[in-house]
Amino acid sequence: MATSEAGHSADQHAGDAHGHDHDHPDYLAHHFDTPEQQFDSGKLGMWLFLVTEVLFFSGMFCAYAIFRAWRPEVFEGCSQFLNTKLGAINTGVLLFSSFTMAWAVRASQLEEHKKTAALIATTLCCAMVFLGVKAVEYSHKWAMGLLPAGLFSYDENNPHPPGPNWLLYICMPFIVITIGVFLWMVFSWATKAKFQFQCAKPLFFVCLSFFGGVYLGTVLEPKVEDHAVHASADGHADAAEHAEGDPHAEGDSHAEGEAEAAGADEGEHTEEAHEAAPAEEETEEPVIELGSVVPKSGTMVDTSRDLEIQRKLASVEANSAVRDELNALERQDMNASGAITYHQTDDTSNTIAGSEEDVMRRSRAGVFFSIYYCMTGVHAIHILAGIGVLVWLLVRSLRKDFNRNYYGPVDYVGLYWHLVDLIWIYLFPLMYLIR
Amino acid sequence: MSAGKISSGSEIDDPGYPTPEENYLTNSKGLLSWIFTLDHKRIGVMYLVGVSVAFLVAGLLAIGIRLHLMSPDGWFLETGAVKAITGDKPTNDVYNQVFTLHGAIMVFLFIIPSVPAALGNFLVPIMLGAKDVAFPRLNLSSFYLWMFGAFFFISALLASGLDTGWTFYTPYSTTSNTSVILATSGAFILGFSSIFTGLNFIVTINTMRPPGMTWFRMPLFLWATYATSIIQVLATPVLGITLLLLIAERTMHIGIFDPQYNGDPVTFQHFFWFYSHPAVYIMILPAFGVISELISVHSHKRIFGYRFVAYSSIAIALLGFLVWGHHMFTSGMSPVTTIIFSALTFSVSVPSAIKVFNWLATMYKGSISLTTPMVYAIVFIFLFTIGGLTGLHLGTLATDQHLHDSYFVVAHFHFVMVGGTLVAFLGGVFHWWPKMFGKMYSEKGGIASAALVFIGFLVTFLPQFILGSRGMPRRYATYDPEFQTLHVASSIGSLILGLGLFVALFVLLKSLFSKERAPANMWGGATLEWACTSPPPFYNFQRAPAVDDPYDFTDIVWDSVSERYVRVEPERKLAPEEQPAHAGE
Repeated sequence: MATSEAGHSADQHAGDAHGHDHDHPDYLAHHFDTPEQQFDSGKLGMWLFLVTEVLFFSGMFCAYAIFRAWRPEVFEGCSQFLNTKLGAINTGVLLFSSFTMAWAVRASQLEEHKKTAALIATTLCCAMVFLGVKAVEYSHKWAMGLLPAGLFSYDENNPHPPGPNWLLYICMPFIVITIGVFLWMVFSWATKAKFQFQCAKPLFFVCLSFFGGVYLGTVLEPKVEDHAVHASADGHADAAEHAEGDPHAEGDSHAEGEAEAAGADEGEHTEEAHEAAPAEEETEEPVIELGSVVPKSGTMVDTSRDLEIQRKLASVEANSAVRDELNALERQDMNASGAITYHQTDDTSNTIAGSEEDVMRRSRAGVFFSIYYCMTGVHAIHILAGIGVLVWLLVRSLRKDFNRNYYGPVDYVGLYWHLVDLIWIYLFPLMYLIR
Repeated sequence: MSAGKISSGSEIDDPGYPTPEENYLTNSKGLLSWIFTLDHKRIGVMYLVGVSVAFLVAGLLAIGIRLHLMSPDGWFLETGAVKAITGDKPTNDVYNQVFTLHGAIMVFLFIIPSVPAALGNFLVPIMLGAKDVAFPRLNLSSFYLWMFGAFFFISALLASGLDTGWTFYTPYSTTSNTSVILATSGAFILGFSSIFTGLNFIVTINTMRPPGMTWFRMPLFLWATYATSIIQVLATPVLGITLLLLIAERTMHIGIFDPQYNGDPVTFQHFFWFYSHPAVYIMILPAFGVISELISVHSHKRIFGYRFVAYSSIAIALLGFLVWGHHMFTSGMSPVTTIIFSALTFSVSVPSAIKVFNWLATMYKGSISLTTPMVYAIVFIFLFTIGGLTGLHLGTLATDQHLHDSYFVVAHFHFVMVGGTLVAFLGGVFHWWPKMFGKMYSEKGGIASAALVFIGFLVTFLPQFILGSRGMPRRYATYDPEFQTLHVASSIGSLILGLGLFVALFVLLKSLFSKERAPANMWGGATLEWACTSPPPFYNFQRAPAVDDPYDFTDIVWDSVSERYVRVEPERKLAPEEQPAHAGE
C-alpha cells in the first residue's frame, strides 16, 4: 500500500538526514527505506487482513455447523431448492478468475502491461458473470418466498405467487452503470481522450458480462412457470425428494403425472399434507425420518423412489399417535418459554417439525435460508469490493504503474481475490451439495 | 524531582538539531493540515482528544447512575432537571439506557482505543525508531472510522437510547424498541477501526524496525502493543459478524439468535464473548505495557525479568482466547465445559501475576522518583492486584453461582478497567505529556489528581464488593433499603473520583499555556522516544537513532547545571566510587 506523504514539506525532505534520499523512486513511500520493505509490509498487512476475513466468515461457518448439527434434515431438504448447476458454474467461473488473477500478477512482474490489463479485465468479467448468475438465483428464491426465517413465506400450493420482478430490480443498477460506462466510452472516443477510452472499453465489456451471467442463469434456472420440469430433470434422487416434500408437485401436470405414477399411497400422502397443514413442506421431512429410523444423513438418496416413499409413509402412520402427543407437549413448552423449548434434546426438537405452530414451522426451513443468504450475501459483498479494487488495478495497469520492482498492489489484490474464491469453494458444497 | 540527581559536568547529548519551531505540531498549519494528516503523532493526538471526549460523556452517565442510586427508590433520574430532558419516559427505562450507554461508550469508544490508539499511535513508531507506521493512510482511516462509529453511538443516544446493556444479549436486543441497530452498527464500525490499528501495529513492528532494533531490544510497551494487536486482529472480526447477524436478526428475523424463530441465544453469547473476553485483554494489555515503562523509568532501574514480562504479554493474548466461557457459567453449559473454562481462566492469572511480581522486583532497591506517573503506576499495581484476585472468585464455579450478575462483578471489572486501564492511561498521559506537547505540568497538581483518583476509586468500588457478596444484583434501578449506606458511600466516592479526573484534566490543559519547554529527556528514560526532541520533529528522527538496550539507565544521569537528564558517553562515566548507588542498577 503505497503511501505518499502529501504534507511533507520540502525543507524536511532536503534534510538528507534519512540517508536514503539518493534513490527514492516515486512508488516508494517516504517512510519506507527500500522497495523490499514496502512490499513486505504490504504483503504482511494483506495476509493479516485475510486472517480477519477468515475469522469474519468463521462466525457464519460456526452458525452453519451448529444449526446443521441440530437439524440435518432441514438442511438436506432445503438444499434441494438450490440449483447445483448454477452453483457449479459459479465455482468454475471463480476458479478461472483466480487463475487469470494469478497470471496477472506474473504478467505485472514481467512488465507485460497489456497482458496484465487484459487478464485483470478477464478476472473482472468472471466476477460479473458470477454476480449475474447469483442475481438469477436470488431473484428466483425471493419470488418463491424462500427467505430468511422471519420472512419465509413459501407455500407449496402456490410456489410462484405473483410478485415484483426481482431480477429486474437487481439488474437495474447494473443497467444504469452499463449505460454510463457506454456513454463514457463513446464520449471519450469522440473527444479522442485516448487513456479514458482505453479504460472505458474493457469496463464496458465487464459490465456486459454481468448480463451474460444473467442470461446463463435464466437459461439454466427453470423459468417460474415450469419449475417442476427442473425438479424432475434434476436427477432421480432429486425427484424423489421433491415429489414427497416438494410443493411443485401440485398444480403442475408434469410433476403430478409423476406423483400418480408413484402410486396411490403418494396421492394419499399429498392429500393428507393438504388437510393437516397446507403450507407444510420441508419441515415434514424430519418427522418422517424420526419415525423411519433412517439415519439423517443422505442415505436415502440412492433408494428407489417408490420404495422410499412407501416406507416413509408407513412410518408416519405408525408414529402419528406418538407425534401428536409430542406435539401437544411441544406446544405447552413453547407457551411456557421460548428459551426453554429451545434447549431440548435432539429427539424432542425433531418433533417441533411436526408442530403446526406457524412461526416455528416457517423458521425451521427458514434458518437454512437465513444462513444461506448471510453467507452468500456477505460473500457477494466481498465480490463487489473485489470488483472495486480490480477496477482500480485495471486503471493503474493501463497507466503502466507496475514494474518488476513495484507490483505489490496486484499481488495483494490477487491474494484477496483468491480468498474470496476459496470461501466460495467452501460455500458451494456446504450449501448446494447436501444430499 | 528526582532522588537520583548527581552533579556531573558531562557532555550533553541533547539533540540540538531541530529548533523548537520545527516539530510535528508546528510543521504545517491550519485545520486541514490536521484533518488530512498522515502523521502518526497527530493522529495519536486526535485520538487522545476523541477518547477524552467519549470518556467525559460516559463518565457523566456514570455519575448519573451513582446519583440515582443514592436512594433505594432512585433519586437523580426522578429529579425535575433530568425529567426535563427525558420527558415522560419511565424512570427505570431511563436508568436502563443510562447504564447501557455508559458501558457501551466506555468500552467501545474509550477503553479499547485509549492506550493502543491514542498513546500507541504516538509512541509505537518513535519507540521503534521508525518514521511512521507502515500504513499511514490506513491509520488515518481508522481514526475516521472511530469518529464515524462514535457518531452512530451519539445518534443512538439522541434517537431512542439503548437499553440492552453493552453486551446486546438476545433475545432482548431483538425485541427492545431502542436504537439497537444504530448502536450495533456503531460497534461494528469501531471494530474495523480497531482491526486496522492492530494490523498497522503488527506490520509496523514486524517490518519497520531499524537496524539494531531486535525483538528483545524492543521496549515492553511495544511487546504489549504487539500482543494487543494480535487480539484486535483475531477477535474483532468475530464481533463484527456477530453484530451483523444481530442486525439481520432484528431486521429479517433470521432465526439464528432469536428463540422466537428457533434461534439460540446462547450461541449469541458464545459469539459475543469470543470477542469480548479477548477484548478485555485489548483493554488491559497495553496498560501493562505502559506500567512496565513507567515503573522502570521512574525507578531508574532495569526492568526485572524483561523476557518474562515480554512473553507473558503474548501468553495472556493467547490464553485470553480460551476463556470466554467463564462469562456464561450460569447460562447453561455442560458441567465439563464449565470446569474446563474455569481451569483455563485460572491459568491466565499466572502470566498476569508474573508481571506484577516483576514490577515489584523492579522497584525493589530502585531509585524511585515519586513523580506523577510513578504515583499512578503504584496506584495501578495496587488496584489491579485487587481486581485480578477478585477475578478468581468469579472464575471459581461454585462462588460464581452466587456472585454472577451481582455488584461483585461490577466492582471486579471496574477495578481492572478503571483501576487498571484508566489509571495506566492517565499515568501514561502524564508520563509522555512533556514528550507530546513539550510542556511540563505541575507535579503537585498531578500527584493531587492521582491521590483523589485513588481515594475516590476505592470509596466508590470497595463497597460494591460488599454489596455484591450480600446479594445486590447489578443493573437494578432500585434496591432494598438495607443496601443504602453502601450505595451512598459508593456514590460519594464517584464524585471524588470525578473531581480527581477533572483535576488531572485541568493540570494537563493548564500546562499547555506555560511558557517553559520540557527537556527532551524529561524522566531519564532510555527508550528511543526520549532521544528526540520534545515535541518530536515531523519524521521523528533526523538521523538514524542508535538503538541500545531500552532499560539501561547507567549512561543517563541527572545534570544539575542544565537541570535535565543527559546521556554521558560510556568512557566519560564516573568512576565507580563517585557513582551513587542508586544512579544505575
